[in-house]
Amino acid sequence: MYKFIQFICATILAGTPFLYGTVGEILTEKSGNLNLGVEGMMFMGGIAGLAGAFYYEKFTAVPIGGIAALIAVVCAFCCAALGALIYCFLTITLRANQNVTGLALTIFGTGFGNFFGEVLSSRAGGYVAVSAATKAVFNGNVPVLSSIPTVGKLLFSYNFAVYLAVIVAIAIALFLNRTRKGLSLRAVGENPATADAAGINVTLYKYLATCIGGGICGIGGMYIVMVTCSGVWVNNCISGYGWIAVALVIFVTWSPWRALIGSFIFGGLSVLRYYLHLGLNNAQSQLYDVVPYAATVIVLIITGIRQSREHAIPASCGENYFREER
Amino acid sequence: MGANSEKTKRVLSHAEPLVRLAKRSDMPASKAWAIRVASIVAALAIGAVLIVALGHNPFSVYADMVKGSFFTKTSRVETIKIAIPLLGAALAITPAFKMKFWNIGAEGQILAGAIAATYVALFWIDKMPRPVLILVMFIAGAAAGGIWGVIPALFKAKWGINETLFTLMFNYIVLGFVRYLQNGPWRAPASSFPQIAMIGFQSRLPKVFGVHIGWIIILAITVAMFFYLKYAKQGYEISVVGESVKTAQYAGMNVGWIIIRTMFISGAIAGIAGFLIVSGEDFTLSESTAGGVGFTAITVAWLSRLNPFVMVFISMFLATLSKGSNTIQTNFKIPASAAEVLTGIILFCMLGCEFFINYKLIFRHRKGDEAGV
Repeated sequence: MYKFIQFICATILAGTPFLYGTVGEILTEKSGNLNLGVEGMMFMGGIAGLAGAFYYEKFTAVPIGGIAALIAVVCAFCCAALGALIYCFLTITLRANQNVTGLALTIFGTGFGNFFGEVLSSRAGGYVAVSAATKAVFNGNVPVLSSIPTVGKLLFSYNFAVYLAVIVAIAIALFLNRTRKGLSLRAVGENPATADAAGINVTLYKYLATCIGGGICGIGGMYIVMVTCSGVWVNNCISGYGWIAVALVIFVTWSPWRALIGSFIFGGLSVLRYYLHLGLNNAQSQLYDVVPYAATVIVLIITGIRQSREHAIPASCGENYFREER
Repeated sequence: MGANSEKTKRVLSHAEPLVRLAKRSDMPASKAWAIRVASIVAALAIGAVLIVALGHNPFSVYADMVKGSFFTKTSRVETIKIAIPLLGAALAITPAFKMKFWNIGAEGQILAGAIAATYVALFWIDKMPRPVLILVMFIAGAAAGGIWGVIPALFKAKWGINETLFTLMFNYIVLGFVRYLQNGPWRAPASSFPQIAMIGFQSRLPKVFGVHIGWIIILAITVAMFFYLKYAKQGYEISVVGESVKTAQYAGMNVGWIIIRTMFISGAIAGIAGFLIVSGEDFTLSESTAGGVGFTAITVAWLSRLNPFVMVFISMFLATLSKGSNTIQTNFKIPASAAEVLTGIILFCMLGCEFFINYKLIFRHRKGDEAGV
């Protein structure tokens, strides 16, 4: 039983960066932008978050962990949103191809993260790490409540970034499905020409959704650096996470509600073998790591064949909208 | 164009926006390429700002990159070796992109080809003479890459399933399979580290002018691809499907078959690139065999406007950046990932500059431009 609770906790911690990436990308794709730069934006967010916290601690006499954490979140969000802004400017204003621009953003962002990671490390004299106080915040839990047996461990033993991810996911879900602006955004993603005719500012919606979505992805990158890597920059530490997030968006069929489940399923899969003796040898566990992608392909095929419109990719996703070309 | 400007004029008579856009198709090729070159220069200037911020002289850094990539024979060979698979994968993507089939699975198709070629090299090496062995590796690589490319095409042709996401997922499935081979069935028993044995000398490509003959194969494919797309009937069908599926159907073309056939070609060329990496460069298979080449190649293909000859230059250019970044890491202690940052900036600038080639900005009070020509 104890082991099971441990497993659930590890699942939640491992699934959180996926949740950020997935929800961010859902918001982006709902506006009709298939941004394949998630990985790049996560790298940008990761390094910016670390750098923000690091420099705050360096230039403050008595740094407070909570403020450092807050700065990390804000920096990660802004830097990744800036990456998304480059994407927006190129695809929306300058009408560049979305796939190619997204990949360029991934190349750029990966380089950006590793480059500044290394520069920061060498300036900090070997390797860059945040203070123990900040680390404690990212390994924290909900005071008092977490000491309740079992329930406390299951529900309240996580750091603030986990709860923030869940809140963001729920907020985006409610925004998309329960508000007028959310409806407008979905209209932009499905059929921008119709949305335009209805008086919706297509460009503004696309810009905002993509930049905010990118920012959310960036917080996921910060989470990996701060929580998974304990506040130390490791080159290529985010590699792969962004692509899993792109896969997850398909797996949860563009629903933030299902993203809450899907992210933790993928998170659980990634830690399962440490808790359950599956009898896999090293080679077989490599095949096991393919399961999320294979499952995603199956979901893609099934939803495609059934042609269920509810579970389909937003109709205009991947194509730019030119008002003049109607 | 004529009808379009008629329409714009009518709209104009009501309310004129500050800036409006008109499509243009009349820019001479020389001017268009001048703009593209200018955008690269602009990108290098942005990179220079970054270098200055790090406290170095941008001119000596850039000069060092070029020196490090070309000044000695070894470095030239290394640079060309980086460019070969990049060019190969870019050529692979070309017919698919021309068809507006967004194949972002070249990475996986490279690996599929590499697996097949490695299989032949590891297990059939005693069974045939060297030229036959290498030829069989070539064919196996092409076939495996082609099959891996056809699967998403089948689903696209039959059920219209999104090929971008499908091919993307397929990259990671085949990557996982390579890791499986590396850790299990194909793991070299003698090594303590999970790796596949080096392939025998028999299965390695011979060299011409110091570089494995892959460069000749790739240049041959470059020429073939140019003529295939420009003069062959199949190449014409590809561009019709790319422009408008409905037109193609109306003209009696079997669109599904064209998609499947083109994706086989696309995957096969990527598979050949994989074979070249294994047989000419790495002499083994590992999870880093493709190493992102399949993704970078997409940008190479696109920035070359899907023109195979231009791809030769763009892939050499990116290879220079990548090789040169190792030099500046040694000489200036600038992290090698600077190459990726610089590549990214160049890609952004080049992607952005296409807009100014394809569109014309018309400001409010310039009556002379009204006709939009």
